[in-house]
Amino acid sequence: MNALMAAVRRDVLLALRRRTDVLTAIFFFVIVASLFPLGIGPEPALLKKIAPGVLWVAALLATLLGLPRLFQADYLDGTLEQMALSPSPLALLIAGKILAHWLLCGLPLVLLAPVLGLQFGLDAASLGMLSLSLLLGTPLLSLIGATGAALTLGVRGGGVLLAVLVLPLYIPTLIFGAGAVAAQSAGLGVEGHLSLLAALLALAVFFAPWATTAALRIALE
Amino acid sequence: MLTAAHLACSRGERRLFADISFSLAAGEWLHVQGENGAGKTSLLRLLVGLSPADAGEIRWRGALVGGMKTTPEAADFRRELLYLGHHAAVKDELDALENLRFSAAIDGLPFDQVKALAALQRLGLRGRESLPVRVLSAGQKRRVLLARLLTRTAAVWVLDEAFNALDSGAVQLLGALLNEHLAAGGLAVLTSHQPLPLPGGRVLAL
Repeated sequence: MNALMAAVRRDVLLALRRRTDVLTAIFFFVIVASLFPLGIGPEPALLKKIAPGVLWVAALLATLLGLPRLFQADYLDGTLEQMALSPSPLALLIAGKILAHWLLCGLPLVLLAPVLGLQFGLDAASLGMLSLSLLLGTPLLSLIGATGAALTLGVRGGGVLLAVLVLPLYIPTLIFGAGAVAAQSAGLGVEGHLSLLAALLALAVFFAPWATTAALRIALE
Repeated sequence: MLTAAHLACSRGERRLFADISFSLAAGEWLHVQGENGAGKTSLLRLLVGLSPADAGEIRWRGALVGGMKTTPEAADFRRELLYLGHHAAVKDELDALENLRFSAAIDGLPFDQVKALAALQRLGLRGRESLPVRVLSAGQKRRVLLARLLTRTAAVWVLDEAFNALDSGAVQLLGALLNEHLAAGGLAVLTSHQPLPLPGGRVLAL
């Protein structure tokens, strides 16, 4: 557990020293989500209808933006080798890196989403549901994305390949996440969507760090 | 005691080396020599377990290690192993002390700040311990990495081209560190293109 926390602290400190990477993803999210109301014009009913999908897709793309860099710096400067040779299990260290990625990329999106949701005229209950669905969904985006980032590590043109690989895997998260918000604003039950999202998250928390670790070991060989 | 038996490695279609065997006891060191591309780094990566061997086995104190095993014996080996590769493995954004602290934390070992400061001082980085590594020169960066030889206790040192980018003072210092390590019963495997005047050495030509 100490190793996990050390990996989290290290990545957070590094991100604070090099803020542009974190801020880019957050600004991207804000701008993309703001372009839609500006482009579509003031039609409250339409905006309210597209809000869940637009905000979720924006969050998804913002997560994707920083993924190629998740392991790249550590891979290029040899830190990943040192992690693989550490007496601590590599999967724990990698889980720490994924947790740090969520803290730096996913959590800001969760906190910002309700503010952006106001532009679409979402009511308070839907804004709350948006935050809740993102709270369950963004860790999933980090976990699945980390596996994709590990698989494309060191591959030429890895960034594009990563998007092609990861975006289809994001579809279930998008459907249930955006679906929960849409159901809430339509006055329908949301338990089904949230349960499935939570089930996916539980599955990913268990498997994604191992899959990521296995992929990283192959990349290191 | 580190033993390797009948190691073989190939890269793609090309056979780099085959049937490499050696054994090192406490206080002995192995100088891996060979021209560029002969497979020195590949052999070292094989030894530490970063890549699997095509054939052969590596044993540490009688137990089978190597090839990314997750057995308790392999974890014990990693606890006693220090590998410094081609890459600096130091973070440009962090200062020297932070780099050493996080290296220790990732290894799950306690960090002794006094010891780390003493190590940096011995490597001639006194007064630069709180500068980001980014502003240091290539040789100084290398020295930050070498400070791990002093802060991390390990029985087996595996150093890949450790003498690169070092000035003559640092080369002598690294020689002294190796001497102390071997005198204390440690083992070392290193690659280098220059002759090393150290006792107990063996040469493996690839």
